[in-house]
Amino acid sequence: MNHSLAVVVIASGVAYGTPLLYAALGELLTERSGVLNLGVEGMMLIGAVMGFWTVQRVHAGSGAILVVAIGVAALAGALTAAIHAFLVITLRASQIVSGLALTIFAGAAGLSSYLGNDFNLGDNPARHQFHAVFPASVQRWPIVGPIVFGQNVLVYVSWACVVAVWLYLTRTRPGLNVRAVGDSPAAADAMGIDVAAYRYAHTLVGGAFAGVAGATFTLAITPQWVDGITGGAGWIAIALVIFAFWRPELCLVGAYFFGALQALSPELQARGIHIGPTELWANSLPYLMTIVVLVLVSASSTRRWLGAPAALGLPYVREER
Amino acid sequence: MSRGKSVRAVALLASASLAVLALTAATGSARTEQRSSAFKVAWIYVGPHNDHGWSQAHDQGRLYVQKQLGSKVQTTFKENVAVGPQLQQTVASLVRDGYKLIFGTSYGYFDTKLAAKYPQVLFEQATGTQTAKNLSEYFGAAEDTVYLSGMAAGAATKKGTLGYVVAYPIPEVIRHANAFALGAQLMHPGAKVKLVWTNSWFDPSKEKHAAESLFSSGADVLGQNVDSPATGEFAQSKHVPWVGYDSNAKKFAPTSWLTASVYHWGPYYVRRVKAAMNGTWKSGFYYGTIKDGFTGLAPYGPKVSKATKAAIAKKMQAIKTGKFYEFAGPLYDQKGKLRVPKGKRLNVQQLYAMNWLVRGVIGSPKG
Repeated sequence: MNHSLAVVVIASGVAYGTPLLYAALGELLTERSGVLNLGVEGMMLIGAVMGFWTVQRVHAGSGAILVVAIGVAALAGALTAAIHAFLVITLRASQIVSGLALTIFAGAAGLSSYLGNDFNLGDNPARHQFHAVFPASVQRWPIVGPIVFGQNVLVYVSWACVVAVWLYLTRTRPGLNVRAVGDSPAAADAMGIDVAAYRYAHTLVGGAFAGVAGATFTLAITPQWVDGITGGAGWIAIALVIFAFWRPELCLVGAYFFGALQALSPELQARGIHIGPTELWANSLPYLMTIVVLVLVSASSTRRWLGAPAALGLPYVREER
Repeated sequence: MSRGKSVRAVALLASASLAVLALTAATGSARTEQRSSAFKVAWIYVGPHNDHGWSQAHDQGRLYVQKQLGSKVQTTFKENVAVGPQLQQTVASLVRDGYKLIFGTSYGYFDTKLAAKYPQVLFEQATGTQTAKNLSEYFGAAEDTVYLSGMAAGAATKKGTLGYVVAYPIPEVIRHANAFALGAQLMHPGAKVKLVWTNSWFDPSKEKHAAESLFSSGADVLGQNVDSPATGEFAQSKHVPWVGYDSNAKKFAPTSWLTASVYHWGPYYVRRVKAAMNGTWKSGFYYGTIKDGFTGLAPYGPKVSKATKAAIAKKMQAIKTGKFYEFAGPLYDQKGKLRVPKGKRLNVQQLYAMNWLVRGVIGSPKG
């Protein structure tokens, strides 16, 4: 039963959806504060390379080093996001231009690839990596074994993050403030909320999440470093935030759905099932679905209902209001 | 408002310069010192130069040239170059920088049109078919060595089901998959080889997906015709034997590693660079063999038994002397139709047009 198509695809969807989930949660926090950061792919790749560098070069026990590596990846992602934050919040540059520039600058064939090649990280497999937490006997339990108990600790931590982000946005004072900043910075400003400080903080936290997402690739999914290892996952994560209507719980569902789509094509092939160009539609479906959501979002009446932050992408200038 | 405007101008300038900085850093290239008198030779790779597979093998060939010819040549490489506009730009910039001989190491890079555009430059393309006065083609008969690596895989399977991770459904990959299956079937009669296409030469995440799928659908030995060691890492984690491709990637799967078909590009590159330097370079279609020392097998891993090694060595000798050829009839396709009758052999043109899979391969030759 555990080798049936459905169980394998769902289990795989959870594993491969996890980096999407981390990156999307980060981008969600950033966008909820009114800042659009298209640099997710670049920040992920910086996190991926720095997390991997840590396990290869810093000597410590396996558990400790992995925790440190995740911390380093988060820090590296946050520092990369700081460039974007400075440009768009302090200097009020175009968020789209700055975000794209960040991905080109930090991403594949950019800074991340320079760092990886300069440290010669491509030469060896990871010295430490995240393994499944539960014993093999538990992983063999029907259905829940592979899907729930066959995962590594990053998956379980991501579930905690979903709950934490949801509680933060709906049940805490700062969380409500962020939503105010993202929807109406002028009103938030009048209430005495420091708009710039909130936007800085959430852009940096978003970068940290993206860094962890990148490290999920190099320390768990494919434990090695190669240039451009995230393979466009950052763009899917941005699409995912829109697809999930800016809600953390829907990010989880969407991430696993998109993750499972990627697993579907090889699974069908390995089972000798041919239903047309699966590769084509499995890879394009996330984007097609995002286009549909974008069309919905572009109409102002549905926009409010879907939950798009009203001031998303707009720089806030006090004297212009 | 003027302050606001100037701030915004600064911001625009800052993000623009960031982008320019990134773009200049974007084209990865080797660091080589400028030597004006040296003969300039360039390589173009489809993946990273350190992919532990195809591109890395070519880069070792490049380094071999640099070592053999020393200061007389200046070499460089461009990596992660996709077919299309990016390739055109890469070639244009290499020509502008004075590179006289350019090796393109992926299918579809160069054609007669491109060669005609730069008549003063010599082009060589691996795995392609088009030739012109200044465009040569070169490749190796890896089907022979892939067959031998398939023997190692066939000896290792218990259930008789093998998985093979494949890139694109093109003749090159199809004939390698066929050779792998025939080799496996020699050691394990009736063995089945399942294919999963990734539609990419280099994508560790997709390759791992493919390996997982093959394993979960019953394969107990994995092989590949893609460029990253992701399949091997997965095989190691499941203690499943693994046959690589292009490079010795044993360190990614120390106990799972069986062997791999490899190419020795270096000596060919040295010959061609020398010929280009002294003006004796001629366009041609080179198809290197085991006998030439162009193709071979990587060192064996611990799981390959003495008996298997002896069987492979014997077969390798028979291939060298021409007594054995894996694509000699009778050969049947997946549906049992006779494709190559007894006494007939496929020639290189037929190998370059192969679009059918041999009996026992599970998967579609259309991807």
